Amino acid sequence: MDRLVSQLLNGLSIGSVYALIALGYTMVYGIVKLINFAHGDVIMVGAYVALMLLTNTALPFPIAAALTIAACVVLGVTIERVAYKPLRESPRISSLITTIGVSFFLQNSIQMIYSPTPRPFPVRVNLPTLALGPVRVSGLTLLTISTSIIIMMLLELFVRRTKMGKAMRAVSEDISAAQLMGININTTISLTFAIGAAFAALGAVLYSTAYPTVSPTMGSLPGLKAFIAAVLGGIGVLPGAMVGGFIMGVAESLTKGYISTQLADAVVFGILIIVLLVKPSGILGKNVSEKV
Amino acid sequence: MDSGIRGKYLINIAGLAVLSAALIIPAHLKMINNYYSGIIISVLINIIMATSLNLVTGLLGHLALGHSAFMGVGAYAAAMFSIHLSGSNPMLLPFTLIFGGLCAAVVGMMIGIPALRLRGDYLAIITLGFGEIVRIIINNIPALGGARSLRGIPRLTSIPTAYVTVVVVVVLMYTIGRSRHGRAILSIREDEVASVSSGIPVTYYKIFTFTLAAFFAGVAGGLYAHYVTILNPNRFNFDRSIEYLVMVVLGGMGSISGAISAAIVLTILPEVLRGLSNYRMLIYSLALVLMMLFRPKGLLGTGELSLSKLFRRRANAVARDI
Repeated sequence: MDRLVSQLLNGLSIGSVYALIALGYTMVYGIVKLINFAHGDVIMVGAYVALMLLTNTALPFPIAAALTIAACVVLGVTIERVAYKPLRESPRISSLITTIGVSFFLQNSIQMIYSPTPRPFPVRVNLPTLALGPVRVSGLTLLTISTSIIIMMLLELFVRRTKMGKAMRAVSEDISAAQLMGININTTISLTFAIGAAFAALGAVLYSTAYPTVSPTMGSLPGLKAFIAAVLGGIGVLPGAMVGGFIMGVAESLTKGYISTQLADAVVFGILIIVLLVKPSGILGKNVSEKV
Repeated sequence: MDSGIRGKYLINIAGLAVLSAALIIPAHLKMINNYYSGIIISVLINIIMATSLNLVTGLLGHLALGHSAFMGVGAYAAAMFSIHLSGSNPMLLPFTLIFGGLCAAVVGMMIGIPALRLRGDYLAIITLGFGEIVRIIINNIPALGGARSLRGIPRLTSIPTAYVTVVVVVVLMYTIGRSRHGRAILSIREDEVASVSSGIPVTYYKIFTFTLAAFFAGVAGGLYAHYVTILNPNRFNFDRSIEYLVMVVLGGMGSISGAISAAIVLTILPEVLRGLSNYRMLIYSLALVLMMLFRPKGLLGTGELSLSKLFRRRANAVARDI
């Protein structure tokens, strides 16, 4: 029983990181209908920025995290402006290949600057371990879960209550109609990429404190899993990304704990396939029927 | 047969003969060292992979992100076939390859029947999921060597065998693409609803195309297995599927000659850039992005390179000069 609870907490912790990253995928997909394969590599760049700040400067952890987020926002918006914006009108598959190209580019530039060898990530947060009855929970786990949940609630409020949020919802519903209503499409899309990149940076910091090694290819696996989490919950739906992320995290951690470490990824993909076959638009997705 | 068509056939057969001579004679005379013959064989295998993915992505218009898994199934099936049944007899290689292809086709059909109910991005994601599951399953079967690799596969693939396979596969694909079935598949790409209304069995053709593509990928896998002689399941991961997709898109979706050219260029490019060591993957990725920014339809668009057209243009130019 104790083991079950601690596995569940581990799952929620990694799941909340997946959820944060998944929000980036789902927001971008919702607005420009583009699977951004470079998103996972933004995480990797974020982890390297954090690593550099923490090893070369004496900045306290929260400030280093904030600077990492700022760096990733700049990166995310630049990628969007340089590589994705010119392709907005071209076939979707060309934009998809461009995101793959950007992903390779980020991986290889980091590999050139910092060499392909994995590096240890300095974990400079000392949090007490809490005892919840017989179960001992590390402070880091609780911090990860609570930060993610608070951030996601703030995002939900932003999208529902502010004018910019309303603009985002309008653009994702109908891009040309939104333009006719006087919404600045370019700003809105850039803002979406900025928020996505900020969440990726936060995810990067939390992910590298949980698994303290950084390498140029570290972004692909959490990126892929977060992407699946987004699809699982219903791509384009914000709460869906959270639900998907938590399901992925818990399923992964339970499989690792009770069945086999090797099969954890297969179980995760299996869940994805079952959900897609039963309800292709995801758990919280809306069904859209095609009109002729 | 009227003379125009006969002329076309003659020109194409002559072109094929010249190319065959250029590849096979040096190979026989041992004029090509191992490094170059390795590159040529990789190019030939990648041509099969790119053109077979072109069936699904280019002709049918569906994005598939798990194509290398079929190559993996074909590779392992063919390897088991030659280890346990046919041994290292090169005459039995065709059967080995067909067996690999058939196994991949069966897996492809099993995946295709549920997956092809979806379309667009969802289909892409579900093929990704299935592809990874196939790889993880292979990784966990002890009889296949799992993560420790499968060893002891006889080395049967050489430039001539790979070349002949490529020619057979490409000719088959081309004839299928030009047949009634090919036109049905194209019509699904253009407008699925209109095809259903015109009485085309859409589901049948989708599964047919997917299975066919898996078959050819399996054949390529068989060639690969008998070239490298050691198989590791991680060779058939998602990144590889992306690599083949890039070839199809860069070549121009739906163009067989485009896929072939892109497979040649993208296999040779990293080797040519090898002197630049660290910069080469950076240049490769930049080239990919710039290519998409400035030529989003790919090298050839949907057109085909054609020897006979080239000759006709040349002949017309000569006639004009006279």
